[in-house]
Amino acid sequence: MMMIFGKPAPLLFGQLLLGIVNGSFYAMLSLGLAVIFGILNIINFAHGALFMVGAFSAYLLLHWFGIGYWPALVLGPLAVGLFGAAIERVLLRPIRGLDPLYGLLLTFGLAEVLEGVFTNRFGSSGVTYSVPRLLRGTRDLGFMYLPNYHAFVVVAAIVVCLATWLVIEKTRLGAVLRAATENPAIVQALGIDVPRLVTLTFAGGVALAALAGVLAAPMYSVNPGMGSSYISIVFAVVVIGGMGSIGGAVFTGFLLGVVEGFTKVFYPPGAATVAFVVMVLVLLLRPAGLFGRSR
Amino acid sequence: MAGLAGARLAAFLILLALIVAAPFVVYPVFVMQAMSFALVALGFNLLLGYVGLLSLGHAAFFGLGAYVGAFCAKSLGSGPELAILAGTASGAAVGLVVGFLAIRRQGIYFAMITLALAEMVRFFCLEAPFTHGEDGIQPIPRGRALGALALHHDFAMYWFVAVAFVLGFLLLYRIIHSPFGQVLKAIRESETRAISLGYRVESYKLLAFVLSAGFAGAGGALEALVTRIATLSGVDAAMSAQIVLMVLLGGMGTVFGPVVGALIVVAMQTYLATLGSWVSVIQGGIFIVCVLAFRRGVVGEIAARLRLAL
Amino acid sequence: MGISRRTLITAAAAAATPLPRLAARAAAPTLKIGVLSDMSGPYRDIGGPTAVACVQQAIADFGDKGWTVDVVSGDHQNKPDVGTAIVARWYDREGVDLVIDCPNSAVGLAVANVAKEKNKAYINSNSASSLLTGKDCNANTIHWTYDTYMLGKSTGGAMVKAGGKTWFFITADYTFGHLLRDQTAMFVKAEGGKVLGNVNYPFPQTTDFSSYLVQAQASGAQVLGLANAGKDTVNSVKQAHEFGVNKKMRIAGLLVFLNDVHGMGLEIAQGLILTESFYWDMNDRTRAFTKRVLPRTPNNYPSMGQAGDYSGTLHFLKAVHDMGVPAAKKSGADIIARMKKIPTDDDAYGKAYIREDGRFMCPAYLFRVKTPAESKKPWDYYTLLGTTPAAEAFMSPKVEGCPLMKA
Repeated sequence: MMMIFGKPAPLLFGQLLLGIVNGSFYAMLSLGLAVIFGILNIINFAHGALFMVGAFSAYLLLHWFGIGYWPALVLGPLAVGLFGAAIERVLLRPIRGLDPLYGLLLTFGLAEVLEGVFTNRFGSSGVTYSVPRLLRGTRDLGFMYLPNYHAFVVVAAIVVCLATWLVIEKTRLGAVLRAATENPAIVQALGIDVPRLVTLTFAGGVALAALAGVLAAPMYSVNPGMGSSYISIVFAVVVIGGMGSIGGAVFTGFLLGVVEGFTKVFYPPGAATVAFVVMVLVLLLRPAGLFGRSR
Repeated sequence: MAGLAGARLAAFLILLALIVAAPFVVYPVFVMQAMSFALVALGFNLLLGYVGLLSLGHAAFFGLGAYVGAFCAKSLGSGPELAILAGTASGAAVGLVVGFLAIRRQGIYFAMITLALAEMVRFFCLEAPFTHGEDGIQPIPRGRALGALALHHDFAMYWFVAVAFVLGFLLLYRIIHSPFGQVLKAIRESETRAISLGYRVESYKLLAFVLSAGFAGAGGALEALVTRIATLSGVDAAMSAQIVLMVLLGGMGTVFGPVVGALIVVAMQTYLATLGSWVSVIQGGIFIVCVLAFRRGVVGEIAARLRLAL
Repeated sequence: MGISRRTLITAAAAAATPLPRLAARAAAPTLKIGVLSDMSGPYRDIGGPTAVACVQQAIADFGDKGWTVDVVSGDHQNKPDVGTAIVARWYDREGVDLVIDCPNSAVGLAVANVAKEKNKAYINSNSASSLLTGKDCNANTIHWTYDTYMLGKSTGGAMVKAGGKTWFFITADYTFGHLLRDQTAMFVKAEGGKVLGNVNYPFPQTTDFSSYLVQAQASGAQVLGLANAGKDTVNSVKQAHEFGVNKKMRIAGLLVFLNDVHGMGLEIAQGLILTESFYWDMNDRTRAFTKRVLPRTPNNYPSMGQAGDYSGTLHFLKAVHDMGVPAAKKSGADIIARMKKIPTDDDAYGKAYIREDGRFMCPAYLFRVKTPAESKKPWDYYTLLGTTPAAEAFMSPKVEGCPLMKA
């Protein structure tokens, strides 16, 4: 058997692949976080909690209305996105323009409330959600068995990230959005409803988190704490990629997934800390992050 | 008490009176915990309120101070004063390293570097054998103050903590109102102007950071002696968040805000604990309301209403 | 007759007007029990509100003996400093006589120190650490329900006997995870088995276990030992299912509760091997107990820790009744000593006893989780595979190094 650094090569190929699977979630979550930061200048601490709400939305759609996985993939993010719009209108609008610190604090409180409410309703062990019938089973890749669903998640994540990037970089809506990020006053003066744009963007970012949640529901235990383990890693991803950089967030998401994957082989206890080591190194060498512009 | 005057002097005297009266009315351990955390919050306020730097990694200094203080008291058998000094020194020493790396960056990047380095400190504390993992160091002997007064009973310990707190408070007050403190405020208002006036801004920031970390270490060691336990929850990111909350709830940039904030947060943890799983909902709700309606914090709001400097 | 003048007067007064009786009733001695648990975090379902319900059920079953029992509850948030602060205040200020439940070993050990210092009673029925009756034991503490040794012995020992000779462990990188793994590995080796590998994963930040599962599979071991708890176990079992690990390896959950199995669902949990010292559907008595307590906790059946809360509370009340309330309130160590003298008997655990070091001695049951087809009614999850008698299930007091045993 071929060995690399004292580990069998097939094992490392497997870890590379699993790293990409985890990276898919990091990418989708940090994408939403980066979009929100770009236009609202708010670091959304509730992003992990909204990811969790997204996962629960799939479960609730099934158990309350008998709606299966495929429609949930659209309806879940839509519902949570609407909820996000309401959050923006009611809670975030009053603090717009203030120190970003307040946004951080408010969304932190929001995350606690959401987690608390779901814990009260569903308990802490959470619930499980089955893999959709079409995607059950595993595939023998020669070096490992990969569940079909994992492969689907990677493809879905790449499609979602590409689509978001296209919307922001190539469409008129995206152009307006980018302009509003740079100078809201002028965009407003040009007759564009900036507040509505902001609401829309926040809802969009939240819907992305919820979509990641629906995708995660069949893979992990759906429990109220599932988002909080992601949130600090996703922060690290956004910072390493460069705050507000969409492409940077996506690329770094996958990258960190892979780095973490290899850490899980060579030094498992350090797997949760490695992202922070990378972040410190990057910030010291490239202060604006890998893809950020220094302002 | 040089420099304390007017409304602040009055407020300080009220604070002193409350500290003296408290153990006869309220559960002393609760007040001791609040005073320990108040030291941490006061130090944090020096950084956030006076230099404008948000650290998301103060748990590292707090937790390490607790571990080192606990280790000195339990394994080396040192007295409580030495344990607190060791905690302070360890907090300041790690603060020097973290500060050195972090102060070169601004705003959110500064915050993220402190967060990341604190995660590494947590990892170190988890793996290092002397901390005993999540079980922590326990029970910690409180020892004898000045080698004579046994602190085993809460009542005796209370006065020890009260003296430590008041000394820390006055020291911090002195720092804020020294020429050094004035320069810090100048940096907060405009860093470029401070630089053009010839101040070596980075050294000032670093010193402020080290002082702040030292206070966190002292508070950590003190809290460890009070609760007689030092564990992993002290170095956790949640602890960093809690320290930020204390200062924001109390009112950043005010002299008394951090003390009030620490009191509120410790009270919430102690007295809301019986509400079960609604604690996190209530706590989260309080933060949301504070940000929406009381941004200046409790003391900041009072000061603004009464048009006083507190 | 031996009736004194005073008794007569009191009786006459009592007969004359109901008021003095009421006053006497109000002044009747009151005991207070504090349920310290995780009310908002990962161990809420194995302790939490259901633990409170079980304590209340014990009080109700004990009946009115002329004194009242109050229950308070607190959330330790899995932070030892928060837990000790709450308990110290309960003991000092609020007249709490007994603290019970307490999942999370770090908090569990910390509370034992407080109980000793304040000379109050403490029953830990929900944390795993065998140190509670080992080197950290004290005269104020009883460890009910289970510990890492018993779990390792029952699950580890039995699996090897059943042919699972080679093991791979996935371990939470925390003291309790290490303890659980080491004590299980000890029995695996003692029975002639071998440990082929181990990974320590970061706790509590890990959601994705696939990487470790692939490593486990690559090791070629026959048994996968999960030295973790709560949602981590749920996640690792669920993902083992996705990756088909359960087809090639047998999965042993070293610390799995009924509530975790409920969270996983039988589709995923089926075939899992685990140990508990209580299962609601064991016999008529356990079913009777469960039927009584369910109205207080309709959505969550009690698992072993919560049943231990019931059993421990009931026994505590018996001991208090035996020695009289005033004497009981005076010294926690005295009540605990009395509890050790009387054999226990209740619907949840049947007849058992408490050893000198504070160890509650009950049998350990090895279960296999049923398939969805085998399950006939709500929460019908376990098939009994074997029983380890109490005397063998726990570490010998000579080995564990409890200072109480030397005295």
